[in-house]
Amino acid sequence: MSILDMTACQLAAAIKNKEVTVLEATKAVLAQIHEKEEKYHCYVTVDEEGALAQAQEVQKKIDAGVLTGALAGVPVAIKDNMCTQGLLTTCSSKILNNFVPTFSSEAVLNLQRAGAVILGKTNMDEFAMGSTTETSAYGETKNPWNTEHVPGGSSGGSAAAVAAKECFYALGSDTGGSIRQPASFCGVVGLKPTYGRVSRYGLIAYGSSLDQIGPLCKDVTDCAAIMEVISTHDKKDSTSVFREDTDFTSALVEDVKGMRIGIPRDYFGEGLDSQVRDAVLKAAEVLKEKGAVVEEFDLSLVEYAIPTYYTIAAAEASSNLERFDGIKYGYRAEGYEGLHDMYKKTRSQGFGAEVKRRIMLGSFVLSSGYYDAYYLKALRVKALIKKAFDEAFAKYDVIIGPVAPTTAPKLGESLSDPIKMYLGDIYTISVNLAGLPGLSMPCGIDSKGLPIGLQLIGDCFNEKKLIQTAYTYEKSRGVFGRKEDR
Amino acid sequence: MANIISDETIEYVGILAKLELSGEEKEQAKKDMGSMLDYIDKLGELDTEGVEPMSHVFPVKNVFREDIVTNEDVRDEILKNAPGEKNGMFTVPRTFE
Repeated sequence: MSILDMTACQLAAAIKNKEVTVLEATKAVLAQIHEKEEKYHCYVTVDEEGALAQAQEVQKKIDAGVLTGALAGVPVAIKDNMCTQGLLTTCSSKILNNFVPTFSSEAVLNLQRAGAVILGKTNMDEFAMGSTTETSAYGETKNPWNTEHVPGGSSGGSAAAVAAKECFYALGSDTGGSIRQPASFCGVVGLKPTYGRVSRYGLIAYGSSLDQIGPLCKDVTDCAAIMEVISTHDKKDSTSVFREDTDFTSALVEDVKGMRIGIPRDYFGEGLDSQVRDAVLKAAEVLKEKGAVVEEFDLSLVEYAIPTYYTIAAAEASSNLERFDGIKYGYRAEGYEGLHDMYKKTRSQGFGAEVKRRIMLGSFVLSSGYYDAYYLKALRVKALIKKAFDEAFAKYDVIIGPVAPTTAPKLGESLSDPIKMYLGDIYTISVNLAGLPGLSMPCGIDSKGLPIGLQLIGDCFNEKKLIQTAYTYEKSRGVFGRKEDR
Repeated sequence: MANIISDETIEYVGILAKLELSGEEKEQAKKDMGSMLDYIDKLGELDTEGVEPMSHVFPVKNVFREDIVTNEDVRDEILKNAPGEKNGMFTVPRTFE
């Protein structure tokens, strides 16, 4: 097996057995980046020199027996909204075109402690606001399955880099589906953990009550191994939760006998592509044959998730993005008169259209006179949505459904109609509102040759049930990948 | 469209958001915000009387820790990111005479 075809865990095992060195693996993936980047543009920054230096350091620690973990020596890509000390971090925005953080985010530090080699920073929708990676200030990423299509977003660069073998795994962040949807569009595995599982320290905030960092990777085994490394309690993030049940790889068991799986009828209505529907229902059938108890139910409130989400996310974004003022870091406009003019010019020139749209909506729903009617109303509906999930999880271990209504759209087709684009988030968004874990994995290929994603949703802190179900399905499904790769 | 956004409203939002919009951007923003609010108005269909607003999904209250400095002095590195720096401080446009 060639190095690039290995999963993260396979590569780490090969390194441990001295079949491959960390430097060989790093050079192989850098060569792949050189060859494919022009075509796919997964990265904003590739840190070739840094990666080669890290590779040698990590190899020494492996040889000395200091690093023994399941991911030691494996090169990784990081979404460009996570701070990396000494390495440009742009959030794919012009306003952070020259920002070099003085510290690293906790999730990245956890990976480095486990022996990761950081390859670079992946492209994304500007400030993670978008579903296609087309709102990046640094150009669009192409879907490796078909370069006329988007990779999804906002973690589109991370998903595409995994699919194009330009890394062995990647970190992304998910505020309304930004890990799961690109994973689905690029045919890889992605997990949005329970809110609080992974520290958000050093993650440049979009919607703080919804943001969560998680893995994008080649298979469910990698997903569990990465989760074990990044799920830690962090005092620097007051929403980080202390948990002892972080032995995710113990859930890599091929068994769903008696697992109660619910299919929400409301996820299979109007707007869902028939090929996506069939593939998802077929996957549910596979799990039933394996002994799971599968039944349909009514989740309710599904159509209210998107307006609730956009109110809350825009409100939080308008507040979080106040810090970009042209003083402490990033871009500053030229030719201004006084402080306020400098703020306005800097922000107007530094932010793209989608970011401005959400900042304005957020400022409006938080403004005096509208706060109760819009913002508090959305928080009340959020409570109702959470309650609907609580009731569902009293009956089911796992909820199964599509990730997105369609497979990846063509480049240039989504941004002209924002509401239509927002509607594509319908199956992922309520998971963030309720703080739940959600896993996306490939379950088929449509007639256009694009991957179809299956979503598994669990109750809070029930990632292990998702991993067990996903692992069982993956075993029956078999190896998944692009034709040219198989 | 049920929500008509006036010039005054968009002007006010521009002040709150610290954004300067061109004439064309203003017109687009009025249209976009109007249609988003129409969409958000759907929430009005739901009776939320007596439902507590949920800002956090877990019952987490304030989380405190001792205020102890754990990081080193990285002033120079921090200032390297500043668009303007002088004598170890950020420079800002003159704010009062």
